[in-house]
Amino acid sequence: MSGEPKVLIRNAAKIYGGTVVLERLNLAVDTGSFCTIVGASGCGKSTFLRMLLSQELPSRGEILVDGIPLPPEPSPDRGIVFQRYSVFPHLTVEKNLMLSTELERTPWTGRLFGRKREAARTGVAAILEKIGLARARALYPTQLSGGMQQRLAIAQALLKRPKLLLLDEPFGALDPGIRADMQALLTDLWREFGMTVFMVTHDIHEAFKLGTRVLVFDKIRHDPDAPEAYGATVTYDLHLNGKNRRPIPDPRDLITAPGTTKTGVSPHA
Amino acid sequence: MRIINRKPSRLTAFTLGLVPFAAAIIAYAAASHYRRLENPDDKLLPSLSDMAAAFARMAFEPDRRSGDYLLWVDTFDSLQRLGAGMGVSVVFALSVGVAIGFIPHIRSTLGPFASSFSLIPPITILPILFIIFGLGETSRIMLIVVGTAPVMTRSVAQAVMEIPRELIIKAETLGASVWQMMVRVVLPQILPKLITAMRLALVPAWIFLISAEAIASTSGLGYRIFLVRRYLAMDVILPYVFWITLIAYLIDRLLLMLSRRAFRWHHLQGESL
Repeated sequence: MSGEPKVLIRNAAKIYGGTVVLERLNLAVDTGSFCTIVGASGCGKSTFLRMLLSQELPSRGEILVDGIPLPPEPSPDRGIVFQRYSVFPHLTVEKNLMLSTELERTPWTGRLFGRKREAARTGVAAILEKIGLARARALYPTQLSGGMQQRLAIAQALLKRPKLLLLDEPFGALDPGIRADMQALLTDLWREFGMTVFMVTHDIHEAFKLGTRVLVFDKIRHDPDAPEAYGATVTYDLHLNGKNRRPIPDPRDLITAPGTTKTGVSPHA
Repeated sequence: MRIINRKPSRLTAFTLGLVPFAAAIIAYAAASHYRRLENPDDKLLPSLSDMAAAFARMAFEPDRRSGDYLLWVDTFDSLQRLGAGMGVSVVFALSVGVAIGFIPHIRSTLGPFASSFSLIPPITILPILFIIFGLGETSRIMLIVVGTAPVMTRSVAQAVMEIPRELIIKAETLGASVWQMMVRVVLPQILPKLITAMRLALVPAWIFLISAEAIASTSGLGYRIFLVRRYLAMDVILPYVFWITLIAYLIDRLLLMLSRRAFRWHHLQGESL
């Protein structure tokens, strides 16, 4: 680690009406990292991602990007891909991609016409080709397969060149074969664009395959009388790099049974 | 094969669909025939040919007193009122409904009021409208507006709130302003549902139109059937009812066709009635 971290999280917590979901989150993430986030369901992975998006605000602590606290609402510097409902069903593939340009150029109508529209159309041709949807450009999202929809969603999120790309189980609903293709595409785009990625997944193999850093969320403090008193936090923070790939651990070793204490591989939390 | 798994062919389906219509017409013709055997001047169930003659008289012969072709004048006046009323309702429902559905502070301000207002039986407002706007055209149009705008507003607001939050957030991350989100995300997504709401609202709209015309008007389809009721002129009333139904049906189909043409993406997601 050198220089200022891209994302700095200081003692962040999320509490919903007395129930602690996440607590004691402390994290420094370098520019260009690919962080994958794994953990049991209900341990706050998605909540963490929503806090990075400002879809939800931390109840305590703060999240800084480039040393500046996050704005309290979603903004174009953070791109998002959800598992579902990521693309606009009323726009064709091409128009989904042209939308961000149109919004930028025309504050009132949000639409381009004539020659400017053609220019915007040409502008998305390259990315259409790259995600392999050039021939599907005139189709509506409901006419696409799940994998094609997610490719479109990723491309759309990248058009604004966000500093952070956030993905919430983007391939969770896809077939295994398609998923491998999508992972390859995502890795390519990440190398090309050089942004910092946070990706929630429930597939631990995917987490280790794609990530340069794997964050494991788990609930380690338990109060049997008040199960809502403590929340999950990052229990393992594994730095991976090409030369020194770890073997993928057994998920059961990463997520402990309630009440046990553990010794972290790289205790960061 | 079990009956739930047996599907009629297209021709069979079409023929089956005609059967109840044919049965109703035959039953009517028979009842009318036997009634007129007893009393040739029976007014209650006029023969089909009498009704056809009365309808032709209303449509193609100028009225002896005014010289108007009554059916067309009535139809034109009624449709004008219906169109004006529905037009005002649509504009109102779109602007207020989107604001209520999309902006939480406006929802908190207007939501409870709109819900309460939509529960007022519109016909009870009619005397108030007559007092405020007089017995003229405005009152009749306003009755249609009062009868349809509140429910349509609620439908629009509901449709806006049903847009997946993910899409709104996605639009924010693409740099859209609130206005841009309204014109590029919210409006296009709710327009097909607005058309559905219009099709549903046309039923009460017709009721209020006919009521208003029956109570205070000198023209219109509703005025005519309540006028000739005094002479028990079933030979005019029944064709008029049929005519009104036909117009209502055609408007409904036109709106559905418009929706299919203009919002193809919506109809790809699954068929609606």
